[in-house]
Amino acid sequence: MPSEIVNKYFRTNKLPQIWCPGCGHGIITRAITVAIDKLGLDRDKICIVSGIGCSSRAPGYMDFDTLHTTHGRALAFATGIKMANPELKVIVITGDGDATAIGGNHLIHACRRNIDITTIIYNNNIYGMTGGQYSPTTPKFDKGTTVPYGNVDKAFDIPALAIAAGATYVGRSTAYHTQLLISLIENGIKNEGFSLIEAISVCPTYYGRKNKKGSAVEMLEWQKEHAVNIAAASKMTPESLDGKFLIGEFKNSPEPEYTREYQKIIDRLKKE
Amino acid sequence: MKSKARLMQGNEACVEGAIAAGMRFFAGYPITPSTEIAEFSAEKLPLVGGRFIQMEDEIASMAAIIGASLAGVKSMTATSGPGFSLKQENIGYAALAEVPCVIVDVQRSGPSTGLPTSPAQGDIMQARWGTHGDHPIIALTPSSVRETFDLTIKAFNLSEKYRVPVILLMDEIIGHMRERVELPDISEIEIINRKKPAVSREEYLPYKADDDLIPPMACYGEGYRFHVTGLAHDETGFPTNNPAVADKLYRRIVDKIEFHKDEIVEWEEQNTDDADIIIISVGGVARAADTAMKQLREKGIKVGTYRPITVWPFPDKRLVELADRVKAFVVAEMNLGQMVLEVERIIKDKAKLIKVNKVNGEAIYPEEIMEKIEEVL
Repeated sequence: MPSEIVNKYFRTNKLPQIWCPGCGHGIITRAITVAIDKLGLDRDKICIVSGIGCSSRAPGYMDFDTLHTTHGRALAFATGIKMANPELKVIVITGDGDATAIGGNHLIHACRRNIDITTIIYNNNIYGMTGGQYSPTTPKFDKGTTVPYGNVDKAFDIPALAIAAGATYVGRSTAYHTQLLISLIENGIKNEGFSLIEAISVCPTYYGRKNKKGSAVEMLEWQKEHAVNIAAASKMTPESLDGKFLIGEFKNSPEPEYTREYQKIIDRLKKE
Repeated sequence: MKSKARLMQGNEACVEGAIAAGMRFFAGYPITPSTEIAEFSAEKLPLVGGRFIQMEDEIASMAAIIGASLAGVKSMTATSGPGFSLKQENIGYAALAEVPCVIVDVQRSGPSTGLPTSPAQGDIMQARWGTHGDHPIIALTPSSVRETFDLTIKAFNLSEKYRVPVILLMDEIIGHMRERVELPDISEIEIINRKKPAVSREEYLPYKADDDLIPPMACYGEGYRFHVTGLAHDETGFPTNNPAVADKLYRRIVDKIEFHKDEIVEWEEQNTDDADIIIISVGGVARAADTAMKQLREKGIKVGTYRPITVWPFPDKRLVELADRVKAFVVAEMNLGQMVLEVERIIKDKAKLIKVNKVNGEAIYPEEIMEKIEEVL
């Protein structure tokens, strides 16, 4: 039986979704709707935009105005929507390959502009839709179909990239840490500016199988055991953080928002 | 009464036309020889409550105008050769998702970086077939500054009416040329807006076409809560792999332009009634063709001109009629022979076909057309 949240915010006639058994994307997608529900937003004024890939199929199941665009370009389409109607709440759903490889340029410039778009990057460390090729977030030495002998690329640290590029709200959580994920998305939407939340997913079918990570449950357990909240990490020794990764709110420092600043120009010109 | 005439550049006339047509969003990226279109848009849009953005690249500019149009705002981008190549994937998106938008391509010379400040007409086929897959497109080719104003308005009107991306295919000659123009009063201009749904959210099927093959279009934020995708989709807008549904969709989006071709096509002809030879050309070259015709007429050679204003769809019916009674067509274009392929397809072997081509970054001069005609006479 679908839950109340699913009945309320999903296009239930489009379910079940296309994701593989054990995929973490469903958990993340639900977290977005819970965050929207908690904020009590007018759902007719929300637009959800995605690119291409596994994660980008999510908006099709969500009962809002939704746009499934071209590979890597979700943020550029979303920028046009926000510029055309700044009253809309624009949410972008994208993946690690979509956002940081083919769409990397759009990502850093959306961060820089501080345009009011909340972006959730579903990071499964692999290109899933095309069958398991390595992505910019595949850890070094891990395997994929295009790195059969191990990956020699260094992986992106997505929050560090977003902070450096100027995003005003940045956080990271996992499919396991859903309560944290919901609160990060909630705060990200509340931030009037560019917000980026990295949601680490699990892909037992491709990334997991290629790298002998076990079942979906084992992969979620790995997240539970290896994630450390940034608040707790400051009190820990470097040795105890070895092999761990940080989750939590990494940046929350509002700055003037892009479309508001542009509106000031329109208003000033009207007076002159 | 004081004359409203002004000295205006083609690129500026494009922006004046766009704003008159209702453009309120422009996304662009600097590229010669179209940059002035971005500059004028940046200056003029906020004055009318519109918005301009310089995006991080050409691809993003194309994506942004599609997004803005879906949010209900008439939108345009402008570019030249290399940027036009970069925009192609998203032009295909606009064609399949049926999102009205206008793309200006001020053509410059050569493949790759080529001769950035020199004119050419090398994108005639790219305007038609630049994006992958079968798709509808409309492309307009102005040949004066005033006509650039008029055709930019027409581009928006066609785009809104047929829910199709429209290419304003200028060339560097027209983009950078300055002429004395007098713009019409806004009250004299016909403006067409997209057809809105007349049904409730529950009943709205975003890709269910009316008898004219065009589906009414809601916009984001109106409460319709609809889905748009670049995947093949059914009438609900959601993806499908059903071959029959995909076939129906692809055929409909192409047919919606084909079926309305007679309403869309536009051309101009001069002295064709008694002509033995007709020069076919578009854009900047049409000006040289005009001079060549006049000078040859003075010598007693019966020359006429035929100037497609919509190069896509190509105005073919009238050309078939003319082919029955002229001796030869001269197709003059600043490329190695692109529009001539379309002319050849239309006239078959009914008349002789002479080509005048130039790709060195210089304009085609009237003398070059005249020499070719006198050579074959």
